[in-house]
Amino acid sequence: MIEVDRLTKFYGNHAAIRDVSFTVEAGQILGFLGPNGAGKTTTMRILTGYMPASSGTARVAGFDVFEESREVRRRVGYLPENPPLYREMTPFSYLSFVAQIKGVGRAERPSAVQRALEATATEDVARQPIGTLSRGYKQRVAIAQAIVHDPEVIVLDEPTIGLDPKQVIGVRKLIKGLAADRTVILSTHILPEVTQLCDKIVIISDGRIVADDSIESLTANEDLEHMFLRVTASDVVADEEANADDSEPAAPTDAETQVSAPSEEDLPAANSHAGDTR
Amino acid sequence: MNNVWAIAWKELRSYFLSPIAYVVLAGFLFIMGFMFWNMLAQFSRFVAIYSSMQQPGMMEQLNLNDMVIAPLLGNMTVVFILIMPLLTMRLFAEERAAGTDELLLTSPISTLEIAFGKFFGASMFVAVMLGLAFVYPAVLMYFGEPEIPQILTGYLALFLLGMSTIALGLFASTVTDNQIVAGVLAGGMMLMLLLINWPADAVGPSMGAVLRYLSITEHTTDLMRGLVKVEDIVYFLSLISIGIFLSQRSLESLRWR
Repeated sequence: MIEVDRLTKFYGNHAAIRDVSFTVEAGQILGFLGPNGAGKTTTMRILTGYMPASSGTARVAGFDVFEESREVRRRVGYLPENPPLYREMTPFSYLSFVAQIKGVGRAERPSAVQRALEATATEDVARQPIGTLSRGYKQRVAIAQAIVHDPEVIVLDEPTIGLDPKQVIGVRKLIKGLAADRTVILSTHILPEVTQLCDKIVIISDGRIVADDSIESLTANEDLEHMFLRVTASDVVADEEANADDSEPAAPTDAETQVSAPSEEDLPAANSHAGDTR
Repeated sequence: MNNVWAIAWKELRSYFLSPIAYVVLAGFLFIMGFMFWNMLAQFSRFVAIYSSMQQPGMMEQLNLNDMVIAPLLGNMTVVFILIMPLLTMRLFAEERAAGTDELLLTSPISTLEIAFGKFFGASMFVAVMLGLAFVYPAVLMYFGEPEIPQILTGYLALFLLGMSTIALGLFASTVTDNQIVAGVLAGGMMLMLLLINWPADAVGPSMGAVLRYLSITEHTTDLMRGLVKVEDIVYFLSLISIGIFLSQRSLESLRWR
């Protein structure tokens, strides 16, 4: 459903992502993880047709994201990092507008809007200006925006941010439900969310993919948190810790220092089969 | 076309959902009404003086169109150029500041459709403005006999000027996410186009002709006198086309940053 092949994006001389490749099968939920600034948003913006890559290709739902951008955009629902909401509009009029520009026909529009409002439990506030809503409602209206046109592929950038625990559970249920016949890319910093929802994990660090496997094999030998910290430890940190290890085995004081830093020789192996290296 | 309409309609609605529409409409109608009242008062003073002279033929020289409508619309040109940037500055800068540009640019619509949609949305608002401003000529029609075609061409001149400012102001609004900067750019461009013929006499005949052609006033004057010339219409349509073209290029360039 989604095939990403050696995507690279330069901002000036700085490569935000470099040779990013992964695939997602139809019906899968992909957990797309990585530290802030690792290139998650850049990758998702390329996949949703917001911006072109500097090199490499990506196909979404069978269409090239650059050559057939419009076809891709028709089939993708996208929740950006900053919820793209018009403060003065009501959720109802906002979702009608989004449905319209996403190509939902006039006849189907009211039912599409109703479905999105119901799915995100925002019917109660459908006639209030979005600017007056609480953060949780705003976030859910933004999620409604991503699903209103019933897209085949849904890209969610931190969907549960700003929600209370009850709403988080609701949104997770929603995502799980969506995935029955759709493909979802879910970017999040909440690791338990990934364990609960995702079939597959891709971890990006410093613009490169450092882990790409099913959740079972990645967490076979260690929990997700440790695995995440290990594979995303930057080269600098890894070197420092490696040096520290040379002199004396430092007494680990907390979870972070317990993470074994891979030496430089180990790193490529960690990249391909992060779960098997320990 | 459906997409253009969707954007245009959203744009028009958002004017009326925010205080901008009401502030701009009230300010515009108040200033226009103030000018209208002054010119009409002066006109009726002339009528009183002329009729007291009791000379046949004198009264025929008094003309509502030349003494009230044409100068009123002429002065409104400047007011328009000052007010229009308030409407155009938010057109895309607000989308960029709020992050909603990401929604528009990841929807299956083209940047040209976005540019046209924004342009038509704001143009519809100007149409509403000018529609309400018809109350002043309507007063004249009730009490006197102004020439209606001349009034219509005068309003057409303002509408064309308004649409030109929208097109160029839309471009200004795509180059920055700061509304103030976008507004100042739009106002600056239009003010420059208004004044650009000032050095026309000093720079030699050919250059002077170019500067005169570029100037807004050269193209509104005849329309406000009731004279429709193709070259004037072409001038405004050119400004509109340039503005929309630049806006589309600028929107497309956002993807490449």
